[in-house]
Amino acid sequence: MRYYTTMSALAVLFLFPLVWSGWSSLREPGDYVEMARFGEGVGTYLTNSLLVSVMTVTGTLAVSALGGYAFARFDFPGKNLLFLTTLAILMVPYATILLPLYVLLGYIGLQNSLVGLSLVFVMFQLPFALFMMRNAFEAIPRELEEAALVDGCGTFRALTRILLHAVRPGLVTVGLFAFLASWNDFFAPLILLNDGASFTLPVAVVSMTQNTFGAIDYGMLQAGVMVMAVPCLILFIILQRHYVRGFMSGALRG
Amino acid sequence: MTVTLTRIGGRRVRSAPPPWWRGRNALGWLYAAPTALIVGVLFVAPLVLVGWMSLNRWPLLGQARFNAPANYAKIADNTLFVDSVLFTLKYTVIITVLLSVFALGLALLVQERRPGVGFFRTAFFLPGSVGLATAALLFYGMLNNDFGPIDPILRALGITDEPVKWIGTPDMALFSTIALVLWRFAGFNMLILLTGLQAIPVEVYEAARSDGANRWQIFTRITMPLLRPTIALMLILSITGSLLAFDQFFIFTNGGPDNSTVSMVMVIYRDAFFRFDLGGAAAGSVVLLAGLVALNVVQMRVLRKRER
Repeated sequence: MRYYTTMSALAVLFLFPLVWSGWSSLREPGDYVEMARFGEGVGTYLTNSLLVSVMTVTGTLAVSALGGYAFARFDFPGKNLLFLTTLAILMVPYATILLPLYVLLGYIGLQNSLVGLSLVFVMFQLPFALFMMRNAFEAIPRELEEAALVDGCGTFRALTRILLHAVRPGLVTVGLFAFLASWNDFFAPLILLNDGASFTLPVAVVSMTQNTFGAIDYGMLQAGVMVMAVPCLILFIILQRHYVRGFMSGALRG
Repeated sequence: MTVTLTRIGGRRVRSAPPPWWRGRNALGWLYAAPTALIVGVLFVAPLVLVGWMSLNRWPLLGQARFNAPANYAKIADNTLFVDSVLFTLKYTVIITVLLSVFALGLALLVQERRPGVGFFRTAFFLPGSVGLATAALLFYGMLNNDFGPIDPILRALGITDEPVKWIGTPDMALFSTIALVLWRFAGFNMLILLTGLQAIPVEVYEAARSDGANRWQIFTRITMPLLRPTIALMLILSITGSLLAFDQFFIFTNGGPDNSTVSMVMVIYRDAFFRFDLGGAAAGSVVLLAGLVALNVVQMRVLRKRER
């Protein structure tokens, strides 16, 4: 019994801030109307965030599925070097790499661009995603692929028709991590986007605490918090098992 | 598989063919090409560029000019940066200790399967699914004296009778940030430790119990030693993450009061985008990178030694 008392107290401690935020954002329904009108309008920021998340998830899945297949099934010169370089992304501070990226994306015409931001997110996701997908492909028995190749499929058809189905759990995990990272990230869009109309949600909602002269509208702020938090909470509750698999895989170890 | 016959020195020798997955270099490269492109253009090139930037006077707008090693020499004079290093180290030590203890406690509590434990695991982890920026904004409202619920609760309980300066003094600002980070990351670290705990075979515990070991002995002699690699992983993630702290201070305390909670990455950000000195910021971030790589090498050495 003492166990459940302790656990319940802890659960309240962890859940209270979320519940409070939801409740206080709803206390005055006008807060959501206020927020919808904030800056460029919350619709713009929501669209930007969704676009970035969709592009990041799609890009990460495509690059890591092809790359994972290459690393699991092929030998090619430079294979180890490429794998180690990809893992080294984990070792480099965010700021160290974003500062030159700000300059570099300017050179290639992707400054202040949601596409540029998404590509940067794909790069940050790659160490984890590539590691996950390589392990997923390695776990498939070679016979499965062999059968397809004997039947006259090319490797690409074998990949798309058969192997991708076999690694679907890995793809869900990679996609979930990519979504949460791109949807929630604040630092990369803060540096890479400089026009209010292209801001993603986190940058826009943080600016509610800074741009308003005089009083900060706290109710509106918590409404913004809820718009950012609710999709993550729902996705996590539905896909919990896939999230935990990311931890089990050892991919965090890099 | 077919077996080919080859002639070696006039004799027919049976030799296995190369496995079908070997010798397809070109194809392998084709599949790895997107990875190589992304890593090359968006990771390796910027890494080279940041090194070059750190050797130049590089204003946010306008021409760059070679001025090495002025940007590096400047760092030692930058009192804000030096202060931020000390502050970030202090923050890292506090967070890492508290987070490890807290996360280990939680992991041990939810380790065993019993009714309702799934709910508690989810509850502890839920804050970890929202972004750190989101969590910082949530706490910004929650700890506000007029709008937030914490002050009224503390007053009702008779703990205080005046508004608490949650981010009003340097110590309190650090304390509140630590509360925020613990709330956001405890479940995440719990999950890491839980995977390690569950990898320990049940038989090991059973054997210890049948040998008459008590709970404390089992914890210190079996759980902790077998959990060491997982704890090491958690420490590395926590230390690296704390050294690079930005969101929590930028959003929640905004570096205040009186620049008392300015982290290293915040100084780099200010140099670049408020003082328009990209060269100086680049030098700062190269130093940060060097520090982190050195730290990682040391950590790996220590870990290898322990594993022997």
